[in-house]
Order: sequence, then structure tokens, then C-alpha cells
Amino acid sequence: MNRRTRAGLALLAALFLLAFAGPLLSPWGWDDTDFAAFRAPPSAEHWFGTTQSGHDVFALTLRGMRRSLLIGLLVAVLSTGLAALVGTVAGFCGGWPDRALTFGVDLLLVLPSFLVVAVLSPVLPGGWPMLVLLLAGFMWMVTARMVRAMTISLKEREYVLAARFLGVSAPRVIARHILPHLASLLAVDAALNVSVAILAESGLSYFGFGVRPPDTSLGTVVADARGSTTAYPWLFGFAAGLLVLIVLAVNLLGDGLRDALDPATRRTMP
Amino acid sequence: MASFLLRRLVNHAVLVVVAASLAYLLAAAALKPRANFEDRTPRPPAAVVEAELTRLNLNDRTPLADRYRVWATGVLHGDFGRTWQGSPVNDELWRRLQVSLRLLVLGAVAGFALGVLLGAWAAMKRHRMPDRLITLGSYLLLAVPVFVLAMLLQTAAKQVNDVTGLQVFEWVGESSPGAADGTFGALGGLGDRVRHLLLPTATIALAQLALYSRYQRSMMLDVLDADFVRTARAKGLRRRDALLRHGLRTALIPMCTYFAYTSGLLLLGAMFTEKVFGWHGLGEWLIDSITRGDANVVAAVDCFAAVAVLLAGLVSDVLYGVLDPRVRVGAR
Amino acid sequence: MTVPEPVPPPVLHPAAEPVLEPAAEPVLEIADLHVTYAPGVRAVRGVGFAVRRGEVLGVVGESGSGKTALALATLGLLPESARVRGSVRLRGRELLGRSDAELSRVRGKDLAMVFQDPLSALTPVHQIGDQIAETIRVHAGATRGAARARAVELMELVGIPGAARVARGYPHELSGGMRQRVMIAMAIANDPLAIVADEPTTALDVTVQEQVLEVLRVAKEATGAAIVLITHDLGVVAGFADRVMVMYAGRAVESGPVGEVYRRPRMPYTIGLMRSLPRLDGGAARALPMEGAPATTGCPFAPRCPVVLPACARGEPPPAPVGPAGHVAACVNTAATERQDRVFPDPEPVLRSPRPPRHERPPVLEVTGLVKHHPRYRGTLYKRRVGAVRAVDGISLDVRAGETLGLVGESGCGKTSALMEILRLGTPQQGRITVFGQDTAALTAARRKALRRDLQVVFQDPFASLDPRMRVAAILTEPLTTHGVRKALIPGRVQELLKLVGLEPEHASRYPQDLSGGQRQRVGIARALALEPRLLLLDEPVAALDVSVQAGVTELLEELQARMGLAYLFVAHDLAVVRQIADRVAVMYHGRIVEIGSVDAVYEAPAHPYTRALLDAVPYPDPERERRRRRTPLAGDPPDPSAPPEGCRFRPRCPRHAGLDGEQRRLCAEIDPVLRAAPGGQDQRAACHYPQGETPWWKSP
Repeated sequence: MNRRTRAGLALLAALFLLAFAGPLLSPWGWDDTDFAAFRAPPSAEHWFGTTQSGHDVFALTLRGMRRSLLIGLLVAVLSTGLAALVGTVAGFCGGWPDRALTFGVDLLLVLPSFLVVAVLSPVLPGGWPMLVLLLAGFMWMVTARMVRAMTISLKEREYVLAARFLGVSAPRVIARHILPHLASLLAVDAALNVSVAILAESGLSYFGFGVRPPDTSLGTVVADARGSTTAYPWLFGFAAGLLVLIVLAVNLLGDGLRDALDPATRRTMP
Repeated sequence: MASFLLRRLVNHAVLVVVAASLAYLLAAAALKPRANFEDRTPRPPAAVVEAELTRLNLNDRTPLADRYRVWATGVLHGDFGRTWQGSPVNDELWRRLQVSLRLLVLGAVAGFALGVLLGAWAAMKRHRMPDRLITLGSYLLLAVPVFVLAMLLQTAAKQVNDVTGLQVFEWVGESSPGAADGTFGALGGLGDRVRHLLLPTATIALAQLALYSRYQRSMMLDVLDADFVRTARAKGLRRRDALLRHGLRTALIPMCTYFAYTSGLLLLGAMFTEKVFGWHGLGEWLIDSITRGDANVVAAVDCFAAVAVLLAGLVSDVLYGVLDPRVRVGAR
Repeated sequence: MTVPEPVPPPVLHPAAEPVLEPAAEPVLEIADLHVTYAPGVRAVRGVGFAVRRGEVLGVVGESGSGKTALALATLGLLPESARVRGSVRLRGRELLGRSDAELSRVRGKDLAMVFQDPLSALTPVHQIGDQIAETIRVHAGATRGAARARAVELMELVGIPGAARVARGYPHELSGGMRQRVMIAMAIANDPLAIVADEPTTALDVTVQEQVLEVLRVAKEATGAAIVLITHDLGVVAGFADRVMVMYAGRAVESGPVGEVYRRPRMPYTIGLMRSLPRLDGGAARALPMEGAPATTGCPFAPRCPVVLPACARGEPPPAPVGPAGHVAACVNTAATERQDRVFPDPEPVLRSPRPPRHERPPVLEVTGLVKHHPRYRGTLYKRRVGAVRAVDGISLDVRAGETLGLVGESGCGKTSALMEILRLGTPQQGRITVFGQDTAALTAARRKALRRDLQVVFQDPFASLDPRMRVAAILTEPLTTHGVRKALIPGRVQELLKLVGLEPEHASRYPQDLSGGQRQRVGIARALALEPRLLLLDEPVAALDVSVQAGVTELLEELQARMGLAYLFVAHDLAVVRQIADRVAVMYHGRIVEIGSVDAVYEAPAHPYTRALLDAVPYPDPERERRRRRTPLAGDPPDPSAPPEGCRFRPRCPRHAGLDGEQRRLCAEIDPVLRAAPGGQDQRAACHYPQGETPWWKSP
């Protein structure tokens, strides 16, 4: 494990701890209102200050963070899984399944995904889980292409040929010889997808198309503070900072993993 | 090569038709502009709202298939319909596109050029101070969402303005009204526009720069130990010259094609910047239209984005062929 | 088939040594050179040599012996993380420790290099002429036009046809041989004092290797440069070098004049290496007793050495003089290596139970008129179909029980495609494949799977043919579970298989990457044998292995055949290996079999001019005989497989064609020859209008 992976992992662990154990430290719940403090700057009482309606920013931010982290993780797992399925099937089978799946991938790549999610998310029922499905549904295509290309090249590797010439069946060859090879790639991809998903979610929420009140995410916290960035910096500074830290940690982890797992870059990055 | 481009164009045309239709159907099914009319004060009579909606082909009580037929017929004649206020979508699209391009071209090119330079430099100084600093900077920048970056720049600019007491930076819109009528005439107008460009361009350039410098660094690392760079050194070129003349030239190929490809995506990617800095470009229009439920505009921008992405892909392919002799077809 | 290796009489004063001016100062002198990569990875450990003007030093070693690190250290091109100490002097000037700027004035001018893989060693995006011209401009400061003109002259010197046109082309448009000529043109552009050539012919076919060595010889004469030729091929060194240095585990273990070292090697490793080479004239390879990692203390060869003494563990032996003209060997026990034939015990002869005559044995594989054309695409971006590669264009052959058919030819001749087509057990595009009497086109899925038990494959690259994520035991279990062997029987069978191929039981729990190349190939063979097949298809099974390991695997294959009565279809490009292992041989050219017959008949009297050219092009690992070898390099490159010429496909390169009169030539130009019985051959057929059984060079006086 290289330094970047360790740094990313440590940072991510700290952020998770903060998100889930943080509320235990603070007396304020996210829906409590302090009528004695409106738009109060950070203090011993309210660590991150309060909003114009007297809510504790610390509690709100952590709540948004939990939501953002959860969405990021779920989207990454779903989209990478879908990519692995579509990519290996298309690559290994070839022929018409390949052509059909490839057309679908191309089509989804051409559609501006951000836009489609923005249009659909407000009208579909189901709250944030629906948002997860939508985001995952529009994030798997590039990975699927990569998986397909790798499957095609793996299919011609001598050890895969050897297995096929032994009479091993196609699903078994995929499961035993192809998927294990893609595992590291998929792990890295899933890690990087977490950050993509969190950024996409916060972007959507910023415009009001993602997580919507009364639900909170880091994106909504930042969006709510839109007009008062200079006058009341605490309203957005902490949420934005944590957002940056999460994405940074995940990117460090993903890139570090890639370098550790990919022998080609291991050569150049000791 | 021409026949290939043609075949690819046909393939792309199919994709565009399907993608555009899908985009329209989604937008038309999901967006309900009726509320905009009903909320007007004084509230117009139901029959008037109904007639107006039907005239604009935005009536959600008309079957989707019929609306699609009307819309598709219009598009085939080059007409993307009307906005909910009744003006033609085409004119506004064109106007907004120019605004977006004014903002994007400079930012994208500056981001690309700086990113390539920094990335190449970092790779050549691998594991030393410049590399560490550039890597750290690009990681940080990559982690900052564009709207946060824009808000931070705004805050910083306000501080500078406050401290210096001068209006060094501007962060709303494309120009200040009346700037061209001041003491310096047209020159003053130009200066005013440049000041308005500064922050949003920097936002776009910084976001792009982070991406390109990471990418260029890893491309460059690949050629750092390449056999042909070693050959160039064996011929008597210094390491730096060998890397620039042989390594960078080769590493630039994927970068240029990547740049062409990303440019297509950028048109919509600018929506955060436009929104934060109050530029009335395509991205801002799109966001506002979704909020207002203006289905025709959303479908038109969607269509436009799909075409832009495919064209960018096409350009990047052609560029690849031009830059890399290995890919050139028809030779021999 | 095995002919005892001739033991040369002891010669005290060799006559064939090149005469060197005693006063000639060395041009390039290296002393006590050490190269350390990461801490603890010591690639080169105290190597020294000196080369004089016009002299060629051959550096021989297997993979990992440090020879490439030595080459890079000489030019100062090692990666920055590597540490070098010692001395590299060019005409007395120390090069080590100089700055990149200072070295760059020496590199490419006085000291040039030719790299191994000429495709990756040339910049893909610059024109060839410019790349050569750059070498001239960097040092001489010539104008662009003048440098380009000189570049074209150089390209003509190294024999590139249409040099002016090629100069405007790009590296990927050239064949491997032509690219290597470009590399040589670059190296001699500024009349260097010394040229370091790192495996310059390894990636090339034998016929092209012969051409490139000829160019290198011309280059040497044109510039008078000293040449350091790094290679693993003892045959190339025997013909080209004046002195030889043998490297093992980063040390020079033996060096001296070529004739002396080849005739009387004194280091057990050198002796073993010489013995382990199969020879074209029938001398069999004899395996070194084992494959093993070099020892970390004491003599690195000690773990493999048959004449090891307790003293060997005490420290690395220093090189000591063992013969005339500076013949030195780093061995403690030179007393035991006095008689080289006694160092290694003779292997027990393979006991072959007598086979019935060929016509009585049933055919296990029959191929008739097999055709495999791949669609050919051009362009990596816009794939466009531009005709078909006629990889296999109508071949017929048969393999009978218990025998080996060698399938030889240059790269791209279609031998591997033919093998893959058979392995598919599908319906061929044209022709018929019959395996154990069953037509593959008529097989049901179940029959096909059942047939796979009898027909198995061993691939070329033991690094690629084993799944790196599976332990050896799992790799060997896979065929057994696939074909429904009972679970309880599997562990025992795995142990049996390991023993069969000469591996230890504990290897079962290892991963492939923890094994040596030879061990991996043995695992590959064990996997193929797991289901007790009767026919093995072997795709270059020893080509990727080091010379000293090759012999062991070849021996194993011979032994398994004798013991289990296997039939082999053995695809190879190394004619000497085929001579040793095969009963019959088929020579492929351009998708066709041009000559087929018993090994002895084909090797002793090749009827087809292509067979003869191939046999002529193989360097022989004995300086005296190698220098006597007939050198008539085949002209041109291996052909474009998508555009066969009219009439005889070999005509454009045929040396015999040149000697024919007009009427005779017309036959070659118009009619595609078919296989016909060769004159005088019992089991020998050739596809030539004018076949002649010619005596090979090693038999002619």
C-alpha cells in the first residue's frame, strides 16, 4: 500500500467517524432551533454557527454529509456492478449482444446525463434512493466500455484460451479467469465513482434538482448559503470544506489503489 | 478517409435522432409549464391558458405522441419551437451560444495549455518539489466542485476590491451598462468586458487545468522511460531535449484528442460558472428552463449538446489521424 | 537421431585467432563496473573488458545476467534511480560521473548504440529521414537539407531500397529488419569509435537476422568502430565476434578469444551452455542438470554446478587465466573442467520402445486443404476491411500415433494460425480436419468436449499461459473438474502430474510468478497432460525460455513421448530444436507447406530453395564451422500475407529462380507449384518446379 492510499484511507476513515459519531458530541439535533441565535458565527455553543432560522450548522452539515456519503457509496457500487455485467457479457459474447449493448452505451453517453437526471429527479417519486438509481444509471457507461475492451483482450490471452481448449464453459471462464482480472480495475473504478457521484449529487442539489428539503445533503447546505457567502461564510464554508475533503480522500484512495494494483504504473511510481 | 467519416456521420446521425427523441419525450413527459401560466396575476381564464399551451405545443393534456409529432416535424424543418413565453427557441439558442462561447473559449484553451505545461513539467521533475506541489494543487482543485470554486473566487475578489478600494474585479454579468460611454469610449468598454471575463474564465481554466495536468503527467510518465526517448538520448540529445522533441510530441497526441472530446462536454459543464457569475449563456438557460418546465428549450439544448458531443468525438478522431501517422488511413 | 558431439582434440596454439596489433590501444575500456538498481538488486557486479578498434566483443548471457544493464551503463542511459560505480573509458577519457550535457556530446558521436526492439526504439511520429538526420545535426550542426541528404546516403549504405522514399515514411511502415537497418544507419552516422549493440537481431527471423548481421559487418568496415555485441545466441557470437565474454548473474564468468572459449570452455556454466544447444547437424542438446536461481553468496553458479567444491561457497572466485590470449574463467575447480566432456554426466538415453513402421500406425490428426483467412483491417481508428490475410492457405498434413511432426517457418507464415484452427475443433473455412478419425465439422458440442480430452495444447509463453491468480494446484485441477474427475481423486492426480513433469510436491501451493520460466512451462505441460491426451499441439514451447532451460524442457517432452506414446504437432521457428525432437518436418511459407518429409531427408537434402535458405541462415555455435557456413542471405522480407504473388509464392525471394532461363522462369511465374515427391527422397515432398536435393553446408567440404 503506497502513501497516497494510506493518506486517502485515513482521511476517509476520519470523515466517516465525524459524520456518524459527530452528532453524539453535539447537544444540538439537526432540527433543533435555537431562538437565541440567528445567523450566529461559530462559537463554543454552536461550533459551526447557526442559520438564519436558528438551526445548528454543525448538526445540519453532518446530516448532509451522512446523506452525501451514503449516496456516493451506493451509486458507485451499483454503477460499477452494472458496468462489469454489461462489459463482460458484451466483450465475451461478441456478435449481436455486443452490438446491441454497445449501441445502448453510446446512446446513454450522447444524452447529457446531468440534464436527464435534473429533469427526471424532481418528478419521480422515491426521494434520495431514486436519485441514487438515476445517478447510477447514467454513470456506468465509460467503465462498461473499458471492461468490454479488456474482456476482448483477455479472451485471447493464452491462459484463457487454454481454459477454453480444455472445454471449460463460457460463464465459468468469465467467472474464474476474466472477472478476477478485472477486480482490481473495478475496485479502483468504484472508488473514483464515489467522488464522481458525490460531486454530481452536490451539483444537482445546488440547483435544487437533487436532494430536496426537508432532506439535506452537503450540496443543499452549500446551495442554501448561496447569497451570503461573504457576509456569513460559516454557512457554506464548513460544508464546502468537508465536501472537498471527502472528494480529495476518495480520489487519493482511488489513484493510490490504481498505482498499487496496476503493474504498468508501479514501474514508474515506486 | 472520407468514406469513413461519412459512415461514422450516418451512425452518429442515428444516435442523434434517437437521443434527441428520447430527450424530448423525457422532457415533455416530466416538465409541466402549466403552472407558470396559472400562477400569473391576474390569473388568466382556463380556456386562455389551454389555448396558449396548445399553441406553444406545451399542453400536457395533448397526448405525448401528438406533441412529439409536432415537435419532430418542426425540428426536421430546423425549428425547435417556442419558449413558454412565445419567442422562437432558435434565436435565443443562437444568442446564448455566443455568450457561452465567449466565456468558454478562452478558459478552455488557457486551461489546456497551462495544464499540459504543468503536467509535462511535473513528470520531468518526478518526485521532486515541483512535481509534489503541482500534484497537490491538482488534487485539491479536482476535489473542489465548480460552484464552490466560483463562490470562493467571488469571495476572494470581494476582499481584494474592499482592500484596494477599487473595482478591480467584476463578478456579475458580461459587462456593466454604460461602460463604453465613459471617458475612454470603446476602449473602456473593452476593459470592462475583460474585467468581467477574468473571474469566470479563471474558474473554467482552473477546473480544466487540474484535469489536464493530471492526465498529461501520466501520459508523460509513460514516455519518460520509453525506448524511443532512450534512442534519442543515445543519439546525443540531452535528456530535456529528448523529452521535449520526442516524448512530449508523442504524449501530446492523446491529449489533443482528449481536449477536442472534452470541449464538447464543456458547453453544458459551464452551467455552474454561468449561474454563479450571472452570464446569460446556454447552461444558465438550461437550468432556468428546467425550473420553469420549459420543455421545448430543454429538448433543444439537449439536442444541441448531443450533436456537440458527437461532433467533438468526430473532431477528436480526425485530430488523432492528423497527429499520429500510425493511425492515418489510406496511406499506402 | 542423436549423434555424439565431436570432442575436439586439444590445440595449444589456435591458428584461426584474429591477429590483433599488439600496440593497438583499447578504444572502449570498462573496469570493475557495478550497477545497482533498487537497494539489493545488483544487476552488474564488477565487470570489465576492453575492445580495440575494429574488434568485436560478444557478450553472452541469459535473461537476468545483467547484459542490458551493462550496455546502458556504458552509455550512461540507466534510469536515474540506478547507481553505477567503476570505470568506463572511451579512448582513455572517463565517462562515468559526467553530466548529461557532457555525455550527450559523446553519445551518438563517438559512442553509439543499437537497441533490441526497433519498433519501440524509433519515435513513432517523426519521419525516418528526420530521425537519422537529427543524429547528424545534433553533433555536426549541418543544415536540415544537408543532413537529410546524408541520411539518405546512410540508408543506402545499410541497404534500404528506395531510401529517398523511405526517408519520408514512418517507422511503423517498415518491417522489423528494415527498422533495424535504420537503427544501424543512425548508429554509424557520425563515424563512432565504438558501437554497443544490445540483442540487435533477437526480434527478427533467421533469414532477416542474417541480413542485419551482414549490415552490421558492413558498418564495422565502413567506420572501423569497435563493437560490443550483446546477445543470448552463441551462434551469432561464433560467427561475428573476435572475443567473447560470458555473463552469469551480473558477473563475467569466462572470457577470451572466441575460438579458444568455444573449443575449450573452462567454466562449468559455459560448458553447460554449449552442451545445451541443439545443433542443426543433429547434435542433441543435453540439459543442464537443473534450473535454479543463482546463489547469493559464493560462486553464483554453485547450486547448478556438477563439480562444486566446498571452496565455491566461500566467495566469488576471481577470474583466473586458463588458456592463451587472455582466456580467463572465474572458477575454483578449473582442474575438473580440464576435460569438458567429463564435467556433466551424460544423460541416460531415452528408452524408446520400438514403434511399428509409420504406415502401420493409425493417424491421430489429418488435415486436408485447410484454409484460414482472417479479414484484414487497416487503421486503428477507422477499421476498414482491406482484403484478407491468407494465414493458412490450403495445407495438408497428417500426424500418426507416437510421432512428432515439426511445423517450421518464419513469423507470419501461418503456422500458429493452423494450430489454432485445429484446436478450435470447429468447421474450417475450407478443407477438413480429422482428429482421431472424427471430422471436426460434424461434432456435437458434447462430442467436441469429449474430444478435448485427447487433444491438448502447450503455449509458447509460460508467463502468459498460466493464470497469475491461480495456484499451481488450482491450475492443474481445472481440467480434471471440467471433465468430471471425482473430487477425491484430484489431489493425488495433481501430485502425480507434478512428479511426471519433474516438479516437487511443494510447487502445488505456489503461484506461477513464484516459479522460473522453465518450471512454469512444466506446469503448462502438466496441465496439458492432466486428461491423458494422445495428441499434444505445442506452440513454440521452448522459444521463450533461456537456452540452458530449453534443453531441459525438450528432454522432458522427448521422455514423455517415449513413456506415454504421445503424438506431437510441434510448431517452432528454431530449426535446430525441430531437428532434435521431430520425426518429420513441414516447412511453411506464406500459408502453404513448401516441403514436408522425414527430418533426416529434409535436413540432409533440402529440395525446396526456401528450406535450404532457412537452414543456411541458422548460425552455428562453433566459430570454425560457423565461419565456413555458406552465407547467401535470402533477399527481401517475409512476404505480405494478404497479397500472394502470381505463380510460385516464393519466386520474388528465390535464389534458384535467378539461375533459370526465360522458359523455365515462365513456369514459376505462371503456375503455383504443388507438393510432389522430391528427387531421391523416400518420405519427402516439395512444392517447387525445380527441386534439387542439395547437400547442406555442414556436410560440404
